[in-house]
Amino acid sequence: MNSITPASIVLLLPLFSAFTILLLHKQLKGAAALISIGSSAVCAIVAMIMLGAKDTPFGEPQHILSFIHLTDTINFDINAIIDGQSRGMLFIVTFIGFLVHLYSHGYMKDDEARPRYFGSLSMFMFSMTGIVLADNLVMMFIFWELVGLSSYLLIGHWFEKPSACDAAKKAFLTNRVGDFGFMIGILLLFGLNHGSVEFADLADSFKNGPLHDVKEHHQWVITAAALCIFMGAVGKSAQVPLHVWLPDAMEGPTPVSALIHAATMVAAGVYMLVRVSFLIGASEFAGEVIAGVGGITAIFAALMAVQQNDIKRILAYSTLSQLGYMVMAVGLGAGEAGMFHLYTHAFFKALLFLGSGAVIYACHHEQDIWKMGGLNKQTPATYITFAIGTAALIGVPFVTSGFWSKEGILGAAYEHCKILFAIGAFTAFLTAFYMTRLMIVAFLGKPRTDSASHASDPPLVMVGPLLVLSILSLTSALPIVRERLQAMVPHEHHSDAHWLIVGVSITALVAGVALAFKLYKGKDKDPLNIPLFANKFYVDEFYAGLVKYAQDRLAWIVTGLERIFVDGLIARLPAAIACRIGSAARSLQAGHLQGYTFLLGAGIVLAIYVAVFVLPRIGG
Amino acid sequence: MSPLEIVIFLPIVASLAIWLGAPARITSITAALINLLIIGGIALGFDGSKLAPGEFAHVSSRVVLENPAISFAVGIDGMSLILALLTTLVTFAAVWQIVAEKDKVFHIASLLISAGALGAFLSTDIFFLYAFHELALIPTFLMIALHGHGDQATRRAVAWKITVYLGLGSLVLLAGLAALVLNLSEGPTLTFDVTALAHKSASLPAATQAWIFFVLLLGFGTLVSLFPMHSWAAPAYATAPTSVAMLHAGVLKKFGLYGLLRIALPLLPLGAQAQWVQQALLLMLLGNILVMGLVTIHQDRLDDMLANSSVMHMGYIFLGIAAGTELALKGAVVLMFAHGVSIALSFALCGRMRNQLGTLEFDKLGGLATHAPLLTVIFAFAAFASIGLPGLANFAGEVMVFLGTFDSKLWSPEKLNALQWTTILSLWGVVISAVYMLRAYRKIFFGTAASGLYMKDPAFSQRVPLVLLAAVLLIVGCCPGTLLDLIKTAWAAAKVAGL
Repeated sequence: MNSITPASIVLLLPLFSAFTILLLHKQLKGAAALISIGSSAVCAIVAMIMLGAKDTPFGEPQHILSFIHLTDTINFDINAIIDGQSRGMLFIVTFIGFLVHLYSHGYMKDDEARPRYFGSLSMFMFSMTGIVLADNLVMMFIFWELVGLSSYLLIGHWFEKPSACDAAKKAFLTNRVGDFGFMIGILLLFGLNHGSVEFADLADSFKNGPLHDVKEHHQWVITAAALCIFMGAVGKSAQVPLHVWLPDAMEGPTPVSALIHAATMVAAGVYMLVRVSFLIGASEFAGEVIAGVGGITAIFAALMAVQQNDIKRILAYSTLSQLGYMVMAVGLGAGEAGMFHLYTHAFFKALLFLGSGAVIYACHHEQDIWKMGGLNKQTPATYITFAIGTAALIGVPFVTSGFWSKEGILGAAYEHCKILFAIGAFTAFLTAFYMTRLMIVAFLGKPRTDSASHASDPPLVMVGPLLVLSILSLTSALPIVRERLQAMVPHEHHSDAHWLIVGVSITALVAGVALAFKLYKGKDKDPLNIPLFANKFYVDEFYAGLVKYAQDRLAWIVTGLERIFVDGLIARLPAAIACRIGSAARSLQAGHLQGYTFLLGAGIVLAIYVAVFVLPRIGG
Repeated sequence: MSPLEIVIFLPIVASLAIWLGAPARITSITAALINLLIIGGIALGFDGSKLAPGEFAHVSSRVVLENPAISFAVGIDGMSLILALLTTLVTFAAVWQIVAEKDKVFHIASLLISAGALGAFLSTDIFFLYAFHELALIPTFLMIALHGHGDQATRRAVAWKITVYLGLGSLVLLAGLAALVLNLSEGPTLTFDVTALAHKSASLPAATQAWIFFVLLLGFGTLVSLFPMHSWAAPAYATAPTSVAMLHAGVLKKFGLYGLLRIALPLLPLGAQAQWVQQALLLMLLGNILVMGLVTIHQDRLDDMLANSSVMHMGYIFLGIAAGTELALKGAVVLMFAHGVSIALSFALCGRMRNQLGTLEFDKLGGLATHAPLLTVIFAFAAFASIGLPGLANFAGEVMVFLGTFDSKLWSPEKLNALQWTTILSLWGVVISAVYMLRAYRKIFFGTAASGLYMKDPAFSQRVPLVLLAAVLLIVGCCPGTLLDLIKTAWAAAKVAGL
């Protein structure tokens, strides 16, 4: 390490915290939580201070640690890029991270394994910061896998619960499939760019270096590399067809869902795609595929959300859908709009998840919205903040941040592809519909169960973060906040289109809300029954079949073949020889044991014989 | 006396002492510790950049025969230093985890295997390199036959199988080495010295080189369970006593790879590049990764799964050897070390679980995390290391191998070559490893404990080997420089990089 820089503090302090807790959790007990919260607070403050400066894209990478360092040209180190994109993201990650740490102090107070929980949380902060700061693809991949590990640990926090362990495993493996592609993409770029995978270097090559001139000849490699890298994002940001892990990840503690599976980690895919936007820009086809996958994810996830009854799962599908928006924006070449939505979404989705945590906490671990009801009177603070989050998510015009950022994406879609614009608008309608449904069923009307009628607002340590996040949900799109975050400002589109887009957004919103009120007002059970949506288009069942038949059955067949052919046939020869020697040895009344020593002793004797007598004679 | 000679003979002396009645546990742990300290000391004072390619440090040579010129010559360079570190480290852990006092023979066998492995890694004379490995195999076979797990008939059958396989592999190897010595010796005297043989290697015709390389590949490959000569390995490791499994899978098996890197690649550079040899190697290593990967998924016992996964992971080291670029070869060396440590740790844990639980079937186990949190964490280190999680040693090696196959010397933007396609297919193996490892981890440690089947964390003194190996995985994983600095110079094998 060179010297202590802000970047190295933000990166290494959580690691220190995680290690201290891993090694000393028995001695620390309650103090473990304080160490973790303290480290996240320091990181948030440092990240806030870092927001101040302004500089060029990619900046000058700061060296933090050496990783694989062979020569000056062949090296993959841990360096930090400090530019507008990373500063803004760093603030989002550390600040929401800090609020979630604080909230967890209340939410997890009865959990016996709190040190493990906070240790894993610190581990996550370390890994996520690494992704944000990464200055090269190998470093990005390292931390990419490490967030996968922390996510695995946190989803499986309640490891006695079979569903939680299965969900953790599923999340890790699905991400591994994505990372399979990611690694291929890294290798292709490594080859293309002659051994350098630094972002600044790659961007330079694409802009005015060798890759710019010869692009025509290497189009296939560039497209393949872009699509492979995108596969990593499909895994991490849970896009179709690798989206299946995210809803299951809701088995983890709710603060974890807020931080990792809504605000930050799942957005890493979008962050990474924006980092390599020069690559996506170089391949039109890859851009189209990315935008298409984003659009499909947005609408499919929204359709699935319509028929879910678990409060966290509704929010999880909504996260998928919103991530689809962001990915679509990146594919359309509007990375700045995607990043802007990432920022606003991080605040309001974290708010909604922490709010749902407050509801679950208040209702004694009840997650079915049909067993709630009337919570607006029981838990007013939660209700109001949750309503603000919902308003931001469905994009209530002008006053919420979600409206502005979603409008940016719809604008980009309108400009480039009308079909995606239609999909985006319809998704906006669905979003308004399912979120209003959630609000009506869970918060309005009369309590449907005892636990709902005895619910009350959680303690201040949990309500505090909700209040802070609701303020940010309303204000994060205001120029004053947006400029601080150094969000790249979406470029303006023509004013006539602008008003058209605003008009469509508002129509979708009003239609969604109105339909939800008409259908769900005062209902005690769901009037809609669409099995296809409720069963998530049977994708999980399809994958379960794939694993069972394509993988396990294949493994069974291969094992059988291996036994028959390799062990049976190829081993036939040695076995035949063995029998001869074996019977020879037995005829000496020596038995097996002597057989081994005999054969081996024979080997060495033979070696000596060959060396001393045979070789000199042949060698002349 | 060179410190290297001390390191080779100390375990032999210690095992003699134990045989004659010295207290087994103390003697063997002391000997292992002294060895570890000597090699560790050499490593600390070792400056990898000072040695020229093909040069050795701490050399000492005693002539045994004039013609053919055979001498007991030892020397150390970065690669053999890394393997010696691995050997002494795993030996220390392996003898420490032998608990029962009566197991005198376990200590003796472990020390002898260790001595043989060190002799093989530190000899610079091909004759002794070969002979030491053969010597180390004897206690391995005997221990499997006499003290292996399972009933007598099974373990004898397994011991017989491995004896035959490795015996035949050694014979093929011997033939290859003989051909090498015949073709590369200068002047009237035959020599077995690695450095001396290198002088003439450039003048040997490519076709001859290819044949000798292929024979050596088959010979060394059998010892490393290269597909399809692998079927001895899985039953052997599942049957072997814990310390033997740790030492063979972790250390001795690396001899074949070491031989390829030390002898075959530098002495037969054209042979390694011959297209048919290259293609054969790629096919075989894909067999290791994909076929054995699927076979590993199918296993339903922990010991079988670990044994098969060890066979599978050899494929990645062969991939590095097939690539032959500096990055890939150095990655292969790091991976040899990393795999050795992680598989030794896995077998140490597996042995402990077998002793305490009485079964290793996944379907009968569950919920161990509740009562044995430390064991759960340590197992996670071994499991996640073996599936290539960044931050643990194996990842550093694997990623170097992968990147090495896309080195600019091998890159053509027109189309990918066979090596690169192999890498892409091998990457799927990384997914396969995660599938079987996480399944096993889930079934053994998570969920609710099965009735009557639970175990507690090991006593404090028994944690030493486990924590030590896990810490090494972490340190090398976070700072691969600890190993890479030792092999700073492009050593002789990387000549192939001139492709």
